[in-house]
Amino acid sequence: MAKRMRLTALDMAWKSGKKGAHLGPAFSCMEIMAVLYGNVMNLDSDTPEDAGRDRFISSKAHSVLAQYTALHEIGYISDQELDTFQDNDTLFGGHPVLNLEHGMEYTGGSLGMALSVGVGMALDAKRKKRTNRVFILLGDGELDEGSNWEAVMSAAHFKLDNLIIIVDKNGLQYDGPTEIIMNTDCLRQKFEAFRCKTDVMDGHDVGALLKVFQQNSENCPQVVIAETVKGKGVSFMENVREWHHAALSQKQYEQALQEIRGEQQ
Amino acid sequence: MIEITPRNIRTWSMLGQRGTAFTMALPEIAGSQENVMVLTADLSLLSGLERFRETYPDRFIDVGIAEQNMIGIAAGLAKEGNCVFATTYATFLTMRSFEQIRNNLGVMRFNVKLVGSAAGVSMGTSGNCHHSIEDIALMRVIPNMQVIAPADALETIKVMEAVSRTKQPVYVRLTGSLNCPSVYKEDYRFEIGKGIVLNEGKDIAVIASGTLVGEALKACQLLKEQGFHPTVVNMHTIKPLDTELVEKLTKNHSVIYTLEEHSVIGGLGGAVAESLAELGTAVKLVRLGFKDSYAKLGSYEYLLEQNGLDADGIVKSILERK
Repeated sequence: MAKRMRLTALDMAWKSGKKGAHLGPAFSCMEIMAVLYGNVMNLDSDTPEDAGRDRFISSKAHSVLAQYTALHEIGYISDQELDTFQDNDTLFGGHPVLNLEHGMEYTGGSLGMALSVGVGMALDAKRKKRTNRVFILLGDGELDEGSNWEAVMSAAHFKLDNLIIIVDKNGLQYDGPTEIIMNTDCLRQKFEAFRCKTDVMDGHDVGALLKVFQQNSENCPQVVIAETVKGKGVSFMENVREWHHAALSQKQYEQALQEIRGEQQ
Repeated sequence: MIEITPRNIRTWSMLGQRGTAFTMALPEIAGSQENVMVLTADLSLLSGLERFRETYPDRFIDVGIAEQNMIGIAAGLAKEGNCVFATTYATFLTMRSFEQIRNNLGVMRFNVKLVGSAAGVSMGTSGNCHHSIEDIALMRVIPNMQVIAPADALETIKVMEAVSRTKQPVYVRLTGSLNCPSVYKEDYRFEIGKGIVLNEGKDIAVIASGTLVGEALKACQLLKEQGFHPTVVNMHTIKPLDTELVEKLTKNHSVIYTLEEHSVIGGLGGAVAESLAELGTAVKLVRLGFKDSYAKLGSYEYLLEQNGLDADGIVKSILERK
């Protein structure tokens, strides 16, 4: 599924022409999104507003190509709808816009906002004794935003074991490596110090991701630090900061296509 | 329905509407509306929310000193169908968490009622960090956001009830001191977006919002003694502004004064100025408020007097032009 999503995302970026797209940050979390949408989350595109559904928000909303392509895979977004990506009047822009019918829980784009909202959603589920879970995906660069840490503190304080925080730790932010621009290292220790159950793993290892999301934490939020590679799957994009947001040339498009397809064989 | 009796009105007034009277309404509202939740950022005691906390412990959340997180949590709860009242000091509420408000309440229209306590300069000697004279401008510019500033404690209670019945994001701004003077001695009809003419006069009109409405009425009495008959309007809703009423006032008044405990830029004065400019009228406008400057420190009454916002100051401003 993740490979199909990469191919679809590549086509969407290619069709966007000079507008460009956020391929790097989408490719780093393709496996995470594929595992969540394809397997872990309880979702049904026929009943998109069902109160019992699992909730997912990508706080690193620029990874929207991974989300659109995952929602496309499970029937929330049709081929034609996906084709309108970044067109005038589209429902599917460069960052997601709240639209439950199409599986988008939140209007994202400003970093450091969604985790607090996830805390509110998880609190509501607890109070109403629903068993659904709330998944929030953060970027490691995004953790520069202090509001995340207010939210983590409160998630642990309110003992939200129905809240799962995933960090897509690809080590790159817009201006360069996180360890040079603003070091967010020692993440495990940071989250553990806030009293969260924390696991660190290879964020492209589908088996490991599936396993970790099957676990439950008790009386505390669960944090999954997914070590990933920005631009994963396309050699010239991997770990290259310029691919955070860029437009493809014909040659690059063909090479990327070949590499992703090659992997598929 | 909250019982409105002369005794209740006196009690609410004693509590002062800048921060505690409004909490008297919340248990009643929550009693009749299952989806009401109340959030505060470490101001439960100060705002008098303890009664609500005790009555509805599972519908009350204190997030600690974290306003941005409070707005996010409020948004998450509202997204799930709750009607959420989120309250703290007006400054921290509207300024620290502006972008959270803009995205969650403005863009996504989540049903959150912001209640900013101690707005204006009611915190007096506490200092400029606690004075809130930019909040109306900040909230007014956000699409989908309503802005309301009640004139007294009774109106605050009525505003709380009115906003709880809508699904609309709103900012309620509470000014005034303890023992807040009553503008209304008995029940009356309140409607969001409809200004109330408290005194029908001619030539001069004073459009006021918040607890300065009381000062405008006092000024009106003093002016009557000198042979002037100003109209006084309680423009409790600053957005959406009652432009019909503004237009009506232009017909038989030559000068309109706006009066608010806020910067003259972007608040009620700004809103009325925009409305008058679009009407293309020859009516003069004088905006009373803080003249693009911060107040010095002092008691609430002293600060109103120093900035020409008490009854004597209003009279002086009006007579200067005569």
